[in-house]
Amino acid sequence: MLNINNLHVELEEEDKKILKGVDLTIKAGTVHAIMGPNGSGKSTLSYVLSGKDGYDVTEGAATLDGLDLLDMEPEERAAAGLFLAFQYPVEIPGVGNMTFLRTAVNAQRKARGEDEMSAADFLKLVRARAKELKIDADMLKRPVNVGFSGGEKKRNEILQMAMLEPKMCILDETDSGLDVDAMKLVAQGVNALRAEGRSFLVITHYQRLLDHIKPDVVHIMADGKIIKSGGPDLALEVENNGYEDILAEVA
Amino acid sequence: MALANPKQSATEARLTALTLPSGGWSEPARQDALLRLQAMGLPQRRDEYWKFTRPDTLLDSQAPTAAVFVNDDGRMFEAYDQINIVFVDGVFDADASDELVLEGVHVERLADIADKDIHWAKDLYGTLESKGQTPVERPFAALNTAFASDGVVIHVTGKPSKPVCLTYIHNSEVSDAILHNVVRVDEGAELTLLENGPAAARFNNVTEIDIADGGTLHFIRAHGRDHERRAVTHMFARLGEKSTFKAFTLTVNGVLTRNECVIELAGNDAFAHVAGACVGDGDFHHDDTVFITHDALNCESRQVFKKVLRNGATGVFQGKILVKAGAQKTDGYQISQALLLDGDSQFLAKPELEIYADDVICSHGSTTGAIDEEALYYLRSRGVPKSAATDLLTLAFLIEAVEEIDDKVIADTIVSRLESWLARR
Repeated sequence: MLNINNLHVELEEEDKKILKGVDLTIKAGTVHAIMGPNGSGKSTLSYVLSGKDGYDVTEGAATLDGLDLLDMEPEERAAAGLFLAFQYPVEIPGVGNMTFLRTAVNAQRKARGEDEMSAADFLKLVRARAKELKIDADMLKRPVNVGFSGGEKKRNEILQMAMLEPKMCILDETDSGLDVDAMKLVAQGVNALRAEGRSFLVITHYQRLLDHIKPDVVHIMADGKIIKSGGPDLALEVENNGYEDILAEVA
Repeated sequence: MALANPKQSATEARLTALTLPSGGWSEPARQDALLRLQAMGLPQRRDEYWKFTRPDTLLDSQAPTAAVFVNDDGRMFEAYDQINIVFVDGVFDADASDELVLEGVHVERLADIADKDIHWAKDLYGTLESKGQTPVERPFAALNTAFASDGVVIHVTGKPSKPVCLTYIHNSEVSDAILHNVVRVDEGAELTLLENGPAAARFNNVTEIDIADGGTLHFIRAHGRDHERRAVTHMFARLGEKSTFKAFTLTVNGVLTRNECVIELAGNDAFAHVAGACVGDGDFHHDDTVFITHDALNCESRQVFKKVLRNGATGVFQGKILVKAGAQKTDGYQISQALLLDGDSQFLAKPELEIYADDVICSHGSTTGAIDEEALYYLRSRGVPKSAATDLLTLAFLIEAVEEIDDKVIADTIVSRLESWLARR
């Protein structure tokens, strides 16, 4: 599904290398987790994959089902099935959450040459999905993320994911700022979307989230590279011993 | 020989093309206005109040020509049940207008009542305009009072079941319209007044509004879609106790627009809300000049102005809140914001507060900026193409001003007009 090959990335504005040769292959239907200390390049990886401005890819490639992601506009990547759940979802005053969702769903359908979803079908679907995430009608009416609590913002990200039904979902520190109950709710939302043709890349600092979203593969990222990969046990090891041992072992 | 005063000669040149209507109840007010105008003179580029807007084309004795725009959207407020009064190039069109009969409101045409010796409008005509000349002069309003060819006088006695709509059609490339309206809202009465259209190649419009205690006026205006038209408009409103005045103006296109709004909160617990949304592209200059005077206890005033500018368009905002001594518990708010869609456009803002009372809340803000890149990326990452995402954010910016309108249906109509402006780009 997702293939990242020797990816090197620098910040556009300053001469700073962030990713220094990332290799990652995610097969369809699997859940991968990336852990790593602050500043290791985890969030940058998610931004570069989704097409945020400000990054220069100096070497390497990233493909989604064979399509060259790095050559596409952010909206084209989304229509191709990539989704990034933001660490800090953006507030958009004046744009209703519902309008936003419907515009996004129909824009993606249009880009894929599919018919737009009827207003009635859309409403039915959004209500059902929102209910599962305990998102009430008021939250759907309000402007996107404006005045939402941290937990509400993250649930809103998962709602977007559920509506857009992407095949490659990247979750960037979706657990940050969440209490235990909110984290469970978000994890349930993610687990409900787990399917054969859908893969996940879960970026997190803590093993806790991985208790709820069970990964198939865990990667440790440090200084712009994946330095170690393993099974779910690797996350437990980090939880118990921190990153130091692993960093020392690789060095 | 004395040196010619440029202000005076400009004023005289403008007056050569005009004739003061004589006779009837309004003549003294018109004569007074002419004297006022001659004393102050028409504005020149050097005048502080016209620093950001060149008055030149408003001074010419002949209006510059303006191509007539064929509007494919239909008349803006067409869908509502209403009393519609139509002026074409400033001339009343009886065939296109509805009969001026509606319970709770009495509507007459200025030209129809001109010959009468006595009329209630005598107390108001030119009165609020004259008062609004201090502390800042508004010469085009005095010119209007003196020379207005027509307009409507509206006396609201109850709560009419439907709005009164003034439709101003621009039909001739060479046209110069001067219309003067007077609105009196009785105690506890309420009206929605709609205005739509460019009116003429050059339009000078004054509306004087007197709202008695507990009265309400909703005033929603739109200037049409003509690109080349020019307009200078004034609204003067005086608010009684517990009265409400809410005004909203939509401007789409137009080479020059100067909208002045002068409000006096004269009775305690009154509300005045003025808002405007404008969108302009290229040869577009839009000026909102607002002066709100708090002269009573516990009043609230609110100004919300939004401008979207591109391709060298210019936006101007001059807004002042004056809180007089004794106007305690005043709540004054003012925000003016411009969204510049490129580097060629500009927004010039002069927000002012002048406060002589010590127990008040007054705030003002002004911002100029481009589309929020973070929001744009967020929308695009969800699959919304860049142009559609830009439109969505532009509309969101404008909607904050449109939301000042109480009537949801009218607000939706305004939004759909803004959407179609965006879609045409």
